[in-house]
Amino acid sequence: MQPKLITLTINGRTHQVALKPNVTLLHALRDMGYTDVKNGCEKGDCGACAVLLNGRAVNSCLVLAWQADGAEITTAAGLGTVDRPHPIQEALADSGGVQCGFCIPGIVVSAKALLDRNPHPTEEEIREAISGNLCRCTGYALIVEGIRRIIASKNQ
Amino acid sequence: MLPEFELLMPRTLPEALEMLAGRAPDGMPIAGGTNVIPDLRGGRYRPACLVNVAGLPELSGIRQEDGMLVIGGGVTIAEVLEDPLVARYAPVLREAARSLASPLVRNRATVAGNLANASPAADMAPPLLVLDAEVELASREGTRRVPLKDFFLGVRRTVRQPHELITAIRIPLPPAHSRARFFKVALRKADAIAVVNSAVRVDLGDNGSCQTARIALGAVAPTPIRAWEAERALEGHPLTPETIAQAARLAAEATRTIDDIRGSAAYRRHVTEVLVRRALEGIGVGIME
Repeated sequence: MQPKLITLTINGRTHQVALKPNVTLLHALRDMGYTDVKNGCEKGDCGACAVLLNGRAVNSCLVLAWQADGAEITTAAGLGTVDRPHPIQEALADSGGVQCGFCIPGIVVSAKALLDRNPHPTEEEIREAISGNLCRCTGYALIVEGIRRIIASKNQ
Repeated sequence: MLPEFELLMPRTLPEALEMLAGRAPDGMPIAGGTNVIPDLRGGRYRPACLVNVAGLPELSGIRQEDGMLVIGGGVTIAEVLEDPLVARYAPVLREAARSLASPLVRNRATVAGNLANASPAADMAPPLLVLDAEVELASREGTRRVPLKDFFLGVRRTVRQPHELITAIRIPLPPAHSRARFFKVALRKADAIAVVNSAVRVDLGDNGSCQTARIALGAVAPTPIRAWEAERALEGHPLTPETIAQAARLAAEATRTIDDIRGSAAYRRHVTEVLVRRALEGIGVGIME
Protein backbone atom coordinates (compact mmCIF):
# COMPACT_ATOMS: atom_id res chain seq x y z
CA MET A 1 0.00 0.00 0.00
CA GLN A 2 2.26 2.73 -1.33
CA PRO A 3 1.58 6.45 -0.89
CA LYS A 4 0.95 8.43 -4.05
CA LEU A 5 1.49 12.11 -4.69
CA ILE A 6 -1.84 13.82 -5.31
CA THR A 7 -2.83 17.43 -5.93
CA LEU A 8 -5.57 19.10 -3.91
CA THR A 9 -6.60 22.71 -4.32
CA ILE A 10 -8.01 23.69 -0.96
CA ASN A 11 -9.55 27.10 -0.40
CA GLY A 12 -7.70 28.37 -3.44
CA ARG A 13 -4.30 27.02 -2.40
CA THR A 14 -2.75 24.12 -4.28
CA HIS A 15 -1.09 21.37 -2.27
CA GLN A 16 0.85 18.31 -3.35
CA VAL A 17 0.66 15.62 -0.74
CA ALA A 18 1.69 11.96 -0.58
CA LEU A 19 -1.14 9.82 0.74
CA LYS A 20 -1.93 6.12 1.11
CA PRO A 21 -5.02 4.82 -0.71
CA ASN A 22 -7.02 4.22 2.47
CA VAL A 23 -6.89 7.85 3.62
CA THR A 24 -10.21 9.64 3.34
CA LEU A 25 -10.44 13.25 2.22
CA LEU A 26 -11.59 14.09 5.76
CA HIS A 27 -8.38 12.81 7.35
CA ALA A 28 -6.22 14.31 4.62
CA LEU A 29 -7.78 17.74 5.20
CA ARG A 30 -7.50 17.61 8.98
CA ASP A 31 -3.91 16.35 8.86
CA MET A 32 -3.06 19.26 6.57
CA GLY A 33 -4.42 21.67 9.17
CA TYR A 34 -7.92 22.24 7.83
CA THR A 35 -9.43 21.38 11.18
CA ASP A 36 -12.58 23.41 10.53
CA VAL A 37 -13.66 20.21 8.75
CA LYS A 38 -15.04 18.23 11.69
CA ASN A 39 -14.84 14.49 12.25
CA GLY A 40 -18.21 13.35 13.55
CA CYS A 41 -19.63 9.95 12.60
CA GLU A 42 -17.33 8.96 9.70
CA LYS A 43 -20.21 7.22 7.96
CA GLY A 44 -22.08 9.95 6.16
CA ASP A 45 -24.81 10.44 8.74
CA CYS A 46 -23.86 13.70 10.47
CA GLY A 47 -22.50 16.08 7.81
CA ALA A 48 -19.95 17.69 10.15
CA CYS A 49 -17.21 16.91 7.61
CA ALA A 50 -19.02 18.50 4.65
CA VAL A 51 -16.91 20.35 2.10
CA LEU A 52 -17.53 21.63 -1.42
CA LEU A 53 -15.89 19.22 -3.87
CA ASN A 54 -15.81 20.89 -7.29
CA GLY A 55 -18.76 22.98 -6.14
CA ARG A 56 -20.90 20.15 -4.75
CA ALA A 57 -21.43 19.62 -1.02
CA VAL A 58 -20.26 16.16 0.02
CA ASN A 59 -19.30 14.27 3.16
CA SER A 60 -15.49 14.28 3.03
CA CYS A 61 -15.46 11.13 5.21
CA LEU A 62 -16.97 9.20 2.27
CA VAL A 63 -14.43 10.33 -0.33
CA LEU A 64 -11.08 8.64 -0.69
CA ALA A 65 -8.39 11.30 -0.99
CA TRP A 66 -7.14 9.73 -4.23
CA GLN A 67 -10.64 10.19 -5.69
CA ALA A 68 -10.25 13.93 -5.09
CA ASP A 69 -6.90 14.14 -6.93
CA GLY A 70 -6.99 17.33 -8.99
CA ALA A 71 -10.20 18.59 -7.40
CA GLU A 72 -11.06 21.98 -5.95
CA ILE A 73 -12.13 21.80 -2.34
CA THR A 74 -13.70 24.56 -0.28
CA THR A 75 -14.13 24.28 3.46
CA ALA A 76 -16.12 26.58 5.73
CA ALA A 77 -12.93 28.46 6.62
CA GLY A 78 -12.35 29.00 2.91
CA LEU A 79 -15.63 30.90 2.72
CA GLY A 80 -14.86 33.23 5.60
CA THR A 81 -12.93 33.59 8.84
CA VAL A 82 -13.58 35.15 12.25
CA ASP A 83 -12.07 38.42 11.00
CA ARG A 84 -13.82 38.36 7.65
CA PRO A 85 -16.88 36.12 7.99
CA HIS A 86 -18.96 35.07 5.01
CA PRO A 87 -22.53 36.46 5.18
CA ILE A 88 -23.77 32.91 5.89
CA GLN A 89 -21.44 32.62 8.88
CA GLU A 90 -22.38 36.07 10.11
CA ALA A 91 -26.10 35.37 9.80
CA LEU A 92 -25.83 32.06 11.65
CA ALA A 93 -23.92 33.72 14.50
CA ASP A 94 -26.31 36.69 14.65
CA SER A 95 -29.41 34.52 14.65
CA GLY A 96 -28.22 32.43 17.58
CA GLY A 97 -28.01 29.40 15.32
CA VAL A 98 -24.56 28.57 16.71
CA GLN A 99 -24.51 26.87 20.08
CA CYS A 100 -21.78 24.25 20.59
CA GLY A 101 -20.74 25.00 17.01
CA PHE A 102 -19.56 21.53 16.01
CA CYS A 103 -22.09 21.14 13.17
CA ILE A 104 -21.71 24.71 11.90
CA PRO A 105 -18.86 24.29 9.38
CA GLY A 106 -20.92 21.57 7.70
CA ILE A 107 -24.10 23.66 7.86
CA VAL A 108 -22.25 26.62 6.30
CA VAL A 109 -21.08 24.40 3.44
CA SER A 110 -24.57 22.99 2.83
CA ALA A 111 -26.11 26.47 2.97
CA LYS A 112 -23.52 27.79 0.51
CA ALA A 113 -24.24 24.93 -1.90
CA LEU A 114 -27.97 25.66 -1.63
CA LEU A 115 -27.71 29.41 -2.19
CA ASP A 116 -25.29 28.98 -5.11
CA ARG A 117 -27.96 26.96 -6.96
CA ASN A 118 -31.10 28.50 -5.57
CA PRO A 119 -30.73 32.08 -4.30
CA HIS A 120 -34.33 32.23 -3.03
CA PRO A 121 -35.13 28.92 -1.38
CA THR A 122 -38.33 28.26 0.55
CA GLU A 123 -38.15 27.18 4.17
CA GLU A 124 -38.83 23.62 3.00
CA GLU A 125 -35.88 23.83 0.61
CA ILE A 126 -33.62 25.18 3.36
CA ARG A 127 -34.61 22.32 5.65
CA GLU A 128 -34.00 19.80 2.87
CA ALA A 129 -30.59 21.32 2.09
CA ILE A 130 -29.37 20.87 5.66
CA SER A 131 -31.11 17.52 6.19
CA GLY A 132 -27.75 15.73 6.07
CA ASN A 133 -26.29 17.95 8.81
CA LEU A 134 -27.14 16.87 12.33
CA CYS A 135 -27.32 19.51 15.06
CA ARG A 136 -27.94 18.22 18.57
CA CYS A 137 -28.18 21.66 20.22
CA THR A 138 -30.56 23.98 18.47
CA GLY A 139 -33.48 22.00 17.13
CA TYR A 140 -32.62 23.74 13.83
CA ALA A 141 -35.09 26.61 14.22
CA LEU A 142 -32.45 29.31 14.65
CA ILE A 143 -30.22 27.77 11.98
CA VAL A 144 -33.06 27.95 9.47
CA GLU A 145 -33.79 31.48 10.69
CA GLY A 146 -30.14 32.43 10.09
CA ILE A 147 -30.21 31.16 6.52
CA ARG A 148 -33.52 32.98 5.93
CA ARG A 149 -31.89 36.24 7.08
CA ILE A 150 -29.25 35.98 4.38
CA ILE A 151 -31.93 35.55 1.75
CA ALA A 152 -33.87 38.49 3.14
CA SER A 153 -30.77 40.70 3.06
CA LYS A 154 -29.89 39.42 -0.44
CA ASN A 155 -26.32 39.66 0.72
CA GLN A 156 -24.82 36.39 -0.36
CA MET B 1 -8.78 4.64 10.02
CA LEU B 2 -9.83 2.37 7.18
CA PRO B 3 -8.31 -1.10 6.75
CA GLU B 4 -5.58 -1.37 4.15
CA PHE B 5 -6.43 -2.04 0.51
CA GLU B 6 -4.96 -1.51 -2.88
CA LEU B 7 -6.72 1.21 -4.91
CA LEU B 8 -6.67 1.08 -8.69
CA MET B 9 -7.50 4.26 -10.61
CA PRO B 10 -8.49 3.41 -14.20
CA ARG B 11 -9.09 6.31 -16.60
CA THR B 12 -11.33 4.50 -19.08
CA LEU B 13 -14.01 1.80 -18.95
CA PRO B 14 -11.95 -0.82 -20.85
CA GLU B 15 -9.12 -0.23 -18.39
CA ALA B 16 -11.51 -0.63 -15.44
CA LEU B 17 -12.96 -3.88 -16.85
CA GLU B 18 -9.43 -5.20 -17.42
CA MET B 19 -8.54 -4.44 -13.81
CA LEU B 20 -11.75 -6.02 -12.44
CA ALA B 21 -11.09 -9.15 -14.53
CA GLY B 22 -7.46 -9.28 -13.44
CA ARG B 23 -8.29 -8.95 -9.78
CA ALA B 24 -11.51 -11.01 -9.58
CA PRO B 25 -12.83 -12.07 -7.16
CA ASP B 26 -10.82 -9.76 -4.86
CA GLY B 27 -11.45 -6.49 -6.67
CA MET B 28 -14.43 -4.39 -5.80
CA PRO B 29 -15.73 -1.35 -7.68
CA ILE B 30 -16.08 1.88 -5.72
CA ALA B 31 -17.89 4.95 -7.06
CA GLY B 32 -19.54 7.36 -4.61
CA GLY B 33 -18.31 5.27 -1.69
CA THR B 34 -21.37 6.05 0.40
CA ASN B 35 -21.95 2.36 1.13
CA VAL B 36 -18.47 0.96 0.51
CA ILE B 37 -16.60 3.23 2.91
CA PRO B 38 -18.93 2.76 5.92
CA ASP B 39 -18.93 -1.00 5.21
CA LEU B 40 -15.12 -1.09 5.09
CA ARG B 41 -14.96 0.81 8.34
CA GLY B 42 -17.61 -1.41 9.91
CA GLY B 43 -15.76 -4.55 8.81
CA ARG B 44 -18.61 -5.90 6.69
CA TYR B 45 -16.06 -6.81 4.04
CA ARG B 46 -12.32 -6.56 3.49
CA PRO B 47 -11.59 -6.44 -0.24
CA ALA B 48 -7.90 -6.65 -1.08
CA CYS B 49 -8.42 -4.23 -3.90
CA LEU B 50 -10.82 -1.42 -4.83
CA VAL B 51 -11.24 -0.23 -8.40
CA ASN B 52 -12.31 3.41 -8.57
CA VAL B 53 -15.00 3.82 -11.23
CA ALA B 54 -16.15 7.32 -10.19
CA GLY B 55 -15.67 9.78 -13.02
CA LEU B 56 -15.21 7.23 -15.83
CA PRO B 57 -16.32 9.19 -18.90
CA GLU B 58 -18.21 6.24 -20.45
CA LEU B 59 -20.50 5.99 -17.41
CA SER B 60 -21.67 9.60 -17.29
CA GLY B 61 -24.91 11.16 -18.39
CA ILE B 62 -28.58 10.41 -18.87
CA ARG B 63 -29.83 10.09 -22.43
CA GLN B 64 -32.80 9.04 -24.51
CA GLU B 65 -31.97 6.32 -27.01
CA ASP B 66 -34.16 3.97 -29.09
CA GLY B 67 -37.24 4.35 -26.93
CA MET B 68 -35.23 3.96 -23.74
CA LEU B 69 -34.13 6.28 -20.98
CA VAL B 70 -30.51 5.31 -20.32
CA ILE B 71 -28.95 6.26 -17.00
CA GLY B 72 -25.18 5.91 -17.07
CA GLY B 73 -23.56 3.71 -14.45
CA GLY B 74 -21.79 6.71 -12.94
CA VAL B 75 -24.84 8.96 -12.63
CA THR B 76 -25.43 10.24 -9.11
CA ILE B 77 -28.74 10.53 -7.31
CA ALA B 78 -28.36 14.33 -7.42
CA GLU B 79 -27.99 14.20 -11.21
CA VAL B 80 -31.20 12.14 -11.43
CA LEU B 81 -32.97 14.84 -9.41
CA GLU B 82 -31.76 17.59 -11.74
CA ASP B 83 -32.32 15.82 -15.06
CA PRO B 84 -35.16 17.01 -17.34
CA LEU B 85 -35.52 13.60 -19.08
CA VAL B 86 -36.06 11.89 -15.73
CA ALA B 87 -38.57 14.58 -14.72
CA ARG B 88 -40.45 14.00 -17.96
CA TYR B 89 -40.34 10.22 -18.37
CA ALA B 90 -39.67 8.82 -14.92
CA PRO B 91 -41.00 11.22 -12.27
CA VAL B 92 -41.45 8.23 -9.94
CA LEU B 93 -37.67 7.77 -9.96
CA ARG B 94 -37.25 11.44 -9.15
CA GLU B 95 -39.63 11.15 -6.18
CA ALA B 96 -37.58 8.25 -4.84
CA ALA B 97 -34.28 10.07 -5.44
CA ARG B 98 -35.53 12.96 -3.36
CA SER B 99 -36.12 10.62 -0.42
CA LEU B 100 -32.72 8.91 -0.56
CA ALA B 101 -30.43 9.83 2.35
CA SER B 102 -29.45 13.52 2.24
CA PRO B 103 -28.17 16.03 -0.33
CA LEU B 104 -24.60 15.40 0.88
CA VAL B 105 -24.94 11.69 0.12
CA ARG B 106 -26.96 12.25 -3.07
CA ASN B 107 -24.06 14.26 -4.54
CA ARG B 108 -21.84 11.16 -4.36
CA ALA B 109 -24.08 8.06 -4.34
CA THR B 110 -24.87 6.54 -7.73
CA VAL B 111 -28.03 4.82 -8.96
CA ALA B 112 -25.92 1.84 -10.05
CA GLY B 113 -24.28 1.65 -6.63
CA ASN B 114 -27.65 1.71 -4.89
CA LEU B 115 -28.63 -1.36 -6.93
CA ALA B 116 -25.25 -3.13 -6.70
CA ASN B 117 -25.24 -2.75 -2.92
CA ALA B 118 -28.51 -4.71 -2.91
CA SER B 119 -29.88 -3.49 0.36
CA PRO B 120 -33.47 -4.75 0.76
CA ALA B 121 -34.35 -1.08 1.46
CA ALA B 122 -32.59 0.42 -1.59
CA ASP B 123 -34.71 3.44 -2.53
CA MET B 124 -33.90 3.23 -6.25
CA ALA B 125 -35.13 -0.36 -6.54
CA PRO B 126 -38.95 -0.03 -6.29
CA PRO B 127 -39.27 2.77 -8.87
CA LEU B 128 -36.88 1.03 -11.27
CA LEU B 129 -38.77 -2.25 -10.79
CA VAL B 130 -42.11 -0.70 -11.72
CA LEU B 131 -40.45 0.97 -14.72
CA ASP B 132 -39.31 -2.48 -15.98
CA ALA B 133 -35.68 -1.32 -15.88
CA GLU B 134 -32.79 -3.43 -17.11
CA VAL B 135 -29.32 -3.48 -15.63
CA GLU B 136 -26.49 -3.40 -18.16
CA LEU B 137 -23.50 -5.37 -16.94
CA ALA B 138 -20.19 -5.13 -18.75
CA SER B 139 -17.06 -7.20 -18.45
CA ARG B 140 -13.95 -7.77 -20.54
CA GLU B 141 -15.91 -10.50 -22.35
CA GLY B 142 -18.84 -8.31 -23.35
CA THR B 143 -22.11 -6.83 -22.19
CA ARG B 144 -25.32 -8.42 -20.96
CA ARG B 145 -28.64 -6.98 -19.85
CA VAL B 146 -30.54 -8.33 -16.87
CA PRO B 147 -34.11 -7.30 -16.04
CA LEU B 148 -33.99 -5.68 -12.60
CA LYS B 149 -36.62 -8.15 -11.39
CA ASP B 150 -34.01 -10.91 -11.88
CA PHE B 151 -31.03 -8.92 -10.58
CA PHE B 152 -31.35 -9.34 -6.81
CA LEU B 153 -30.59 -12.74 -5.26
CA GLY B 154 -30.67 -11.98 -1.55
CA VAL B 155 -29.56 -9.50 1.07
CA ARG B 156 -26.52 -7.80 -0.50
CA ARG B 157 -26.36 -10.42 -3.23
CA THR B 158 -26.98 -9.89 -6.93
CA VAL B 159 -26.28 -11.65 -10.23
CA ARG B 160 -23.37 -9.27 -10.87
CA GLN B 161 -20.15 -11.27 -11.08
CA PRO B 162 -17.03 -9.83 -9.40
CA HIS B 163 -15.49 -8.98 -12.79
CA GLU B 164 -18.63 -7.19 -13.99
CA LEU B 165 -19.57 -3.54 -13.67
CA ILE B 166 -22.97 -1.88 -14.00
CA THR B 167 -22.48 0.42 -16.97
CA ALA B 168 -26.08 1.61 -17.39
CA ILE B 169 -29.65 1.28 -16.21
CA ARG B 170 -32.07 1.17 -19.12
CA ILE B 171 -35.73 2.12 -18.77
CA PRO B 172 -38.29 1.64 -21.56
CA LEU B 173 -40.10 4.97 -21.99
CA PRO B 174 -43.51 4.48 -20.39
CA PRO B 175 -46.62 5.17 -22.48
CA ALA B 176 -48.32 8.55 -22.14
CA HIS B 177 -51.17 7.13 -20.08
CA SER B 178 -48.81 5.60 -17.51
CA ARG B 179 -48.94 6.90 -13.95
CA ALA B 180 -46.71 6.00 -11.05
CA ARG B 181 -46.14 7.00 -7.44
CA PHE B 182 -43.45 6.36 -4.84
CA PHE B 183 -44.04 6.30 -1.09
CA LYS B 184 -41.58 5.78 1.73
CA VAL B 185 -42.05 5.47 5.45
CA ALA B 186 -38.95 5.97 7.58
CA LEU B 187 -38.27 7.04 11.13
CA ARG B 188 -37.43 10.56 9.93
CA LYS B 189 -38.30 12.56 6.83
CA ALA B 190 -34.68 12.76 5.63
CA ASP B 191 -31.40 10.91 5.97
CA ALA B 192 -33.18 7.71 6.94
CA ILE B 193 -33.40 4.13 5.74
CA ALA B 194 -36.88 2.99 4.72
CA VAL B 195 -39.08 1.00 7.08
CA VAL B 196 -41.06 0.31 3.92
CA ASN B 197 -40.72 1.87 0.48
CA SER B 198 -43.08 1.25 -2.37
CA ALA B 199 -43.59 2.20 -6.00
CA VAL B 200 -46.82 1.61 -7.86
CA ARG B 201 -47.44 2.07 -11.58
CA VAL B 202 -50.62 1.72 -13.58
CA ASP B 203 -50.92 2.07 -17.36
CA LEU B 204 -54.54 2.86 -18.12
CA GLY B 205 -56.32 1.39 -21.10
CA ASP B 206 -58.80 3.27 -23.33
CA ASN B 207 -61.73 2.02 -21.26
CA GLY B 208 -60.18 3.34 -18.02
CA SER B 209 -59.17 -0.08 -16.73
CA CYS B 210 -55.64 -1.04 -15.71
CA GLN B 211 -53.85 -2.38 -18.75
CA THR B 212 -50.60 -2.92 -16.89
CA ALA B 213 -50.02 -2.80 -13.16
CA ARG B 214 -46.69 -2.85 -11.33
CA ILE B 215 -46.25 -2.89 -7.58
CA ALA B 216 -42.76 -3.02 -6.06
CA LEU B 217 -41.88 -3.08 -2.39
CA GLY B 218 -38.70 -2.54 -0.44
CA ALA B 219 -37.54 -3.41 3.10
CA VAL B 220 -40.20 -6.10 3.43
CA ALA B 221 -38.24 -9.14 2.15
CA PRO B 222 -34.59 -10.17 1.67
CA THR B 223 -34.63 -8.29 -1.65
CA PRO B 224 -36.81 -5.59 -3.18
CA ILE B 225 -39.81 -7.50 -4.56
CA ARG B 226 -42.71 -7.28 -6.99
CA ALA B 227 -46.18 -8.01 -5.63
CA TRP B 228 -47.18 -10.24 -8.53
CA GLU B 229 -50.59 -11.37 -7.23
CA ALA B 230 -51.58 -7.81 -6.47
CA GLU B 231 -50.58 -6.73 -9.98
CA ARG B 232 -52.62 -9.55 -11.55
CA ALA B 233 -55.64 -8.62 -9.44
CA LEU B 234 -55.59 -5.13 -10.96
CA GLU B 235 -54.85 -5.86 -14.60
CA GLY B 236 -57.96 -5.77 -16.75
CA HIS B 237 -59.99 -4.11 -14.01
CA PRO B 238 -60.85 -0.48 -13.30
CA LEU B 239 -59.47 1.23 -10.21
CA THR B 240 -62.31 1.14 -7.70
CA PRO B 241 -62.22 1.26 -3.90
CA GLU B 242 -62.76 -2.52 -3.98
CA THR B 243 -60.00 -3.40 -6.47
CA ILE B 244 -57.61 -1.03 -4.70
CA ALA B 245 -58.33 -2.57 -1.30
CA GLN B 246 -57.86 -6.06 -2.68
CA ALA B 247 -54.56 -5.18 -4.40
CA ALA B 248 -53.26 -3.52 -1.24
CA ARG B 249 -54.16 -6.61 0.80
CA LEU B 250 -52.45 -8.92 -1.69
CA ALA B 251 -49.35 -6.68 -1.66
CA ALA B 252 -49.16 -6.98 2.12
CA GLU B 253 -49.49 -10.78 1.76
CA ALA B 254 -46.53 -10.80 -0.66
CA THR B 255 -44.17 -9.50 2.01
CA ARG B 256 -41.81 -11.57 4.15
CA THR B 257 -41.18 -8.98 6.80
CA ILE B 258 -38.89 -9.20 9.82
CA ASP B 259 -38.61 -7.35 13.12
CA ASP B 260 -35.62 -5.05 13.30
CA ILE B 261 -34.45 -1.80 14.84
CA ARG B 262 -36.65 0.23 12.49
CA GLY B 263 -39.94 -1.60 12.84
CA SER B 264 -41.75 -4.83 13.58
CA ALA B 265 -42.77 -7.38 10.97
CA ALA B 266 -46.45 -6.70 11.66
CA TYR B 267 -46.00 -2.93 11.36
CA ARG B 268 -44.20 -3.33 8.03
CA ARG B 269 -47.01 -5.51 6.68
CA HIS B 270 -49.59 -2.98 7.79
CA VAL B 271 -47.62 -0.05 6.32
CA THR B 272 -47.25 -1.92 3.03
CA GLU B 273 -51.01 -2.22 2.70
CA VAL B 274 -51.51 1.46 3.53
CA LEU B 275 -48.79 2.68 1.13
CA VAL B 276 -50.05 0.62 -1.79
CA ARG B 277 -53.62 1.73 -1.16
CA ARG B 278 -52.57 5.41 -1.00
CA ALA B 279 -50.51 5.11 -4.17
CA LEU B 280 -53.38 3.51 -6.08
CA GLU B 281 -55.84 6.07 -4.73
CA GLY B 282 -53.46 8.83 -5.82
CA ILE B 283 -53.18 7.33 -9.28
CA GLY B 284 -56.96 6.87 -9.44
CA VAL B 285 -57.79 10.50 -8.59
CA GLY B 286 -59.76 11.90 -11.49
CA ILE B 287 -60.39 8.47 -12.94
CA MET B 288 -62.57 6.88 -10.27
CA GLU B 289 -66.17 8.03 -10.37
